[in-house]
Amino acid sequence: MKFDTPAGTNPIDRMKVVGQPTTRIDGPLKVGGHAPYAYEHQELPGKPAYGYVVGSAVAKGTIRSMDTSRAERAPGVVAVVTHRNAGKIAKGNFNTAMLLGGPKIQHYHQAIAVVVAETFEQARSAAALIDVDYARDRGAFDLAAAKVDAPDATGSDAPTAVGDFAGAFAAAPVQIDQTYTTPDQSHAMMEPHATIAAWEGDKLTVWSANQMVAWGAGDLARTLQIPPENVRLISPYVGGGFGGKLFLRSDVIMASLGAKAAKRPVKVALPRPFMGNNTTHRPATIQRIRLGATQDGTLTAIGHESWSGDLEGGGPESATQQTKLLYAGANRMTALRLAVLDLPEGNAMRAPGEAPGLMALEMAVDELAEKLGMDPVKLRVINDTQVDPEKPERPFSQRNLVRCLEEGAERFGWARRKAPGQVQEGRWLIGMGVAAAFRNNLNMKSGARVRLSPSGQVTVETDMTDIGTGTYTIMAQTAAEMMGVPLAKVTVKLGDSSFPVSAGSGGQWGANSSTAGLYAACVKLREAIVAKLGFGPGEATFENGQVHVGNRVADIASAAKGGEIVVEDSIEFGDLGKKFQQSTFGAHFVEVAVDRYTGEARVRRMLAVCAAGRILNPTAARSQVIGAMTMGVGGALMEELAVDKRFGFFVNHDLAGYEVPVHADIPHQEVVFLDEADDKVSPMKAKGVGELGLCGVGAAVANAIYNATGVRVRDYPITLDKHLDKLGEVV
Amino acid sequence: MRPFTYERAKSAQDAAVKAATTPGARFIAGGTNLLDLMKLEIETPTHLIDVNGLGMDRIEPIDGGGLRIGALVRNTDLAADARVRKDYGVLTRALVAGASGQLRNKATTAGNLLQRTRCPYFYDVNMPCNKRKPGSGCAAIGGFSRQLGVIGTSDACIATHPSDMAVAMRVLDASVETIRPDGTTRAIPIADFHTLPGQTPHVETALEKGEMIISVALPKPRGGTHIYRKVRDRASYAFALVSVAAVIGKDGKGAVALGGVAPKPWRVEGADALLPNGSKAVADRLFAGAAPREDNAFKLTLAQRTIAAVLAEAKA
Ligand SMILES: Cc1cc2nc3c(=O)[nH]c(=O)nc-3n(C[C@H](O)[C@H](O)[C@H](O)COP(=O)(O)OP(=O)(O)OC[C@H]3O[C@@H](n4cnc5c(N)ncnc54)[C@H](O)[C@@H]3O)c2cc1C
Ligand code: SF4
Repeated sequence: MKFDTPAGTNPIDRMKVVGQPTTRIDGPLKVGGHAPYAYEHQELPGKPAYGYVVGSAVAKGTIRSMDTSRAERAPGVVAVVTHRNAGKIAKGNFNTAMLLGGPKIQHYHQAIAVVVAETFEQARSAAALIDVDYARDRGAFDLAAAKVDAPDATGSDAPTAVGDFAGAFAAAPVQIDQTYTTPDQSHAMMEPHATIAAWEGDKLTVWSANQMVAWGAGDLARTLQIPPENVRLISPYVGGGFGGKLFLRSDVIMASLGAKAAKRPVKVALPRPFMGNNTTHRPATIQRIRLGATQDGTLTAIGHESWSGDLEGGGPESATQQTKLLYAGANRMTALRLAVLDLPEGNAMRAPGEAPGLMALEMAVDELAEKLGMDPVKLRVINDTQVDPEKPERPFSQRNLVRCLEEGAERFGWARRKAPGQVQEGRWLIGMGVAAAFRNNLNMKSGARVRLSPSGQVTVETDMTDIGTGTYTIMAQTAAEMMGVPLAKVTVKLGDSSFPVSAGSGGQWGANSSTAGLYAACVKLREAIVAKLGFGPGEATFENGQVHVGNRVADIASAAKGGEIVVEDSIEFGDLGKKFQQSTFGAHFVEVAVDRYTGEARVRRMLAVCAAGRILNPTAARSQVIGAMTMGVGGALMEELAVDKRFGFFVNHDLAGYEVPVHADIPHQEVVFLDEADDKVSPMKAKGVGELGLCGVGAAVANAIYNATGVRVRDYPITLDKHLDKLGEVV
Repeated sequence: MRPFTYERAKSAQDAAVKAATTPGARFIAGGTNLLDLMKLEIETPTHLIDVNGLGMDRIEPIDGGGLRIGALVRNTDLAADARVRKDYGVLTRALVAGASGQLRNKATTAGNLLQRTRCPYFYDVNMPCNKRKPGSGCAAIGGFSRQLGVIGTSDACIATHPSDMAVAMRVLDASVETIRPDGTTRAIPIADFHTLPGQTPHVETALEKGEMIISVALPKPRGGTHIYRKVRDRASYAFALVSVAAVIGKDGKGAVALGGVAPKPWRVEGADALLPNGSKAVADRLFAGAAPREDNAFKLTLAQRTIAAVLAEAKA
């Protein structure tokens, strides 16, 4: 199905199942421990052995020599694979560094060997027996130093300019010119990267935790240089990804190479200390923002430059993305600059670009509001735009940012907010902060197969993944709505590369795109049922397990009497995304308390009001948003991969050192969804919410801290040491 | 993890003898620290002596006042003990500020005193670390040292002792009671129990070869308000940036010890006397001769301000 004109009325609009708060259909399996995650699959073609990965001890250099003999002789060891015996390995399309390093080393903890043994403990202890001699090279590890001669990014990340930014900024009566920094961050999802690999002849099956099955399978074939049809990737349950599992990673390659050498299935899970340096991370940014406004708060100049680093051949953290679209303003510029760093590979993490970009931009807007003596909600409202400010001929498909801000302010009691440093309760300094949330809506081609059995059961098959987001449930809701059957009559099968290729889970495109693909397949199934029954022409209605055309009625199951009906289709998106800017919006409100003595900042209350098209399942969508708000608190207050600029690695590379919020950090969270349906994005009229919830939270927390203390901290995370000495004397 | 053998000790002295005579032997109690370190091959014992079954899990009154806490009393049980809560509140508060409920259910009194530093370079076997591998250097100096020590450190090691419990015991003037392989026992004042790194940061306590902790003795209760204030980057489940244990009387006099700043619970008796003079005087005395790094110098300010918070709380 091609989606190239706005959706008319369709069966989803009934919203009998879609849009209803629905608990996850896979919930009982998960809480019962029956949902197999990557490392737990049992249906293997042989007894598995265990692989343990060895990571490089240096950040950059060459392996001069490697002695694996002690490891090979260790108890239980079946095989040791290194670059010397792995055969020819290529680089995939999506990763920057080789997933098996050596002799050249590109980053710390780059995988250089896998030891396969009968037990996990044997593999781990043998792995420590590999002796490696490195020739260390000097590397670049310091973004602030490398920033100086970092060139402009190119392609879709190239600089943009409209009007005369320099002139307008210089002439603006009120100006903000500040630099903000965000640190490297780790996905730190609960389930580590894990894979079981099994070869049968030259066919390879991997059970792997992966968000994008087709990308993973494709890159696996490319990396091992085998035909794509010989690869099958199975990923039915994923214990979180946040972008860390968008791509093929070393667990898959090392398990596959280990299994080949061991001639039996091999299980590999990356140990937690590999999280920081072996896998990908969100790159740090240094952002300069210049805002110029007239006294009445009208933005006349918006300039946003951002510097980030990555390995040679990598990409920038596109932190200026939202600045092109969020506010009106006649004169504007953005620029991304990319330095080469020899730190581990940077890549997408939840809301790449917008998450760190809004942490900076929305703090700058708060600073401007203060300089203007204007309420920050009002400043945002008066600079709203209904068209793409860089290309005014492109309207937004739907944009209710102003409603989010105003409704949020009302609900949160924003009017009670005082000037900075004015509210104190005992030892606590209290403040409120606001920030706009903005994240583009992306659509991806997505396919699905639907089967109708003689018993009337509808089965959905697609390689779409559920990374804890609730995909199983919204797919079942979509099929139930389209086919007019109860949820129990729908079976959803996901995450297998033998199923039709879907959008996958990433960039908050998954829910809308994959349900739209399923919608297309269900339209086809409806047609097939009508044809089989010989009903028609005329409009068909599917409800209560029956199909009605005119005055003819039949159970849909009866159409499959003679045998299962199987159809397949996909949704392809035309140029509505070009004609209309499709984005999601929200407003975050946060109240914090800062300990006047110790500077500890604790969040007291949070509210997000979101405008993201039709909400397919309010229960799951709320979970997405509160989870994202939690992640935003982490980004604002504690998350930072600490760079050792001498050795070139992230030092705090486990969950003891890399702190994320715990329950005690997260207070009452409220989420409101505006009642929307956006007919320009898909037949589902839905958009993404999974990343929107994170966008802007950090700045809202930061602005609240400023409102509490009167001390502005522009370097995230806002740990107590950054404002402690400015909180006033205590005796 | 290296392969190791395992035995259950038959008696305290048996354990001490075995520990002294078996090469590569270590005691294991709750295992919450030792096993983690073994998995990463930071610790590589070849023999483990399990001391769990030796009946050292009781809390008993001492004649003439005080409490004797068995070496194997779990942190949870110690924190919940009615006598401890009533008379040694600072200890309960310190314990429940540490780790998580699950860990405290396993962690023991002796194991807690002997837990090793959380210096991130100590945890990465690719990095030089004098504590883990004597003579290899100290990667933390000149590196990421935000969490590390500002006083009592040396040019060989700037790690901190991470325990919360020990800081409270320090302010309570506890003593650590041990048994040696020859069957003799002794009581080591907690002030002398942990040693400063000097040029031998791998030596962390006054314990001799084979010497085992059997109990910790608390002297008669110290009257006053018992406060433990732990400051950290998140609200729970994190080690202290700075912690303050204090017992302060109505007259403003008392005792104070700090965690998160030094290789041992940090107390300077001369600073106690300055408590009535306010936090600055106390902090100045506690940190005389401090050697902070660029990224942990804030701990000096933080410590002073946290002491101020504690003094304010004691007054309230
Ligand atoms: C995730 C995590 C978070 C934590 N957070 C905190 C925190 O916030 N605050 C805090 O204070 N602690 C914290 N801890 C540390 C915890 O308190 C210690 O791991 C625990 O107290 C150790 O006790 P154990 O009985 O398990 O010791 P074990 O691991 O069994 O032993 C530790 C050491 O003590 C020796 N030993 C044990 N018993 C004896 C004995 N009777 N005589 C002589 N030597 C003995 C062992 O040989 C070993 O060297 C945390 C730990 C973890 C894993
Ligand atoms: S501070 Fe001590 S523990 Fe840390 S690296 Fe240096 S020597 Fe090792």
